[in-house]
Amino acid sequence: MRVGIRLSALKNTRWKEGGIRFLFGGVMTVATGLVAKEWGPAVGGLFLAFPAIFPATATLLESHERRKKELAGQKGVRRARTAAAIDAAGASLGAVGLGVFGALIWELSGHQPPVLVLVAATSAWLGVSGFLWILRRHARPHRQSQTREPDPTHAGKR
Amino acid sequence: MMDLVLRFLVGGVIVSFFAILGDIFHPKSFAGLFAGAPSVALATLGIAFATHGPGYVAVEGRSMLLGAGGLFVYCRLCLWLLMSRNWPAMAATLVSIPAWLMVSLGLWWLLFCGASP
Repeated sequence: MRVGIRLSALKNTRWKEGGIRFLFGGVMTVATGLVAKEWGPAVGGLFLAFPAIFPATATLLESHERRKKELAGQKGVRRARTAAAIDAAGASLGAVGLGVFGALIWELSGHQPPVLVLVAATSAWLGVSGFLWILRRHARPHRQSQTREPDPTHAGKR
Repeated sequence: MMDLVLRFLVGGVIVSFFAILGDIFHPKSFAGLFAGAPSVALATLGIAFATHGPGYVAVEGRSMLLGAGGLFVYCRLCLWLLMSRNWPAMAATLVSIPAWLMVSLGLWWLLFCGASP
């Protein structure tokens, strides 16, 4: 399956859910700042990799998938949890990229302009995470065919 | 107070942006990468560059490397609880948070505190 963009997915996101994510993000950023202020940047930095939005994202994803199946008159609990698990697998690859992001911030800060440091680190995060995702797709095609992802374009129509 | 409000707004916007990217990309395994995006980090480090300078940011980046190790373990634990134990997403993701804390703080202690005499 190729990587693509599906703007229609935004229709499934309710305003309340968007608000929860905004709130989570805002609160976590404030909390990280307060931790760094209280215990210093060495401890505060740990919390830059805190799973801030994953609990909300995975719970919303599970609820969306279950709702789709229930609308189609089927029980979708197992499928919904599989979708959340696939999200977790992707997030674990993103976490590796996040480590590279942190390493580049550490190495480049003070040597390059701040904007360049942030752009380079973010690009490295995307590049490393994307590369690992491609590697994983090619390395484990058999297992992926066994745990097929819910098809986003047809799941709601069945 | 204004600093906290600014942090809240910037953090909310950047986290929402990455969450939207996670929504619109498919397949889901690829979209999941955005759950590990440096969203809170970008908001925090951008402000830290302006208020504390690059030395402070470098220290945060170094610790973030260890936090990312904790995040990796956290995600794999969530994956196991969801797939092998069939836990609901909310329970799996919340119960796993202490694992992130233990791994992150453990690595930090081992590398930066345990080594000192």
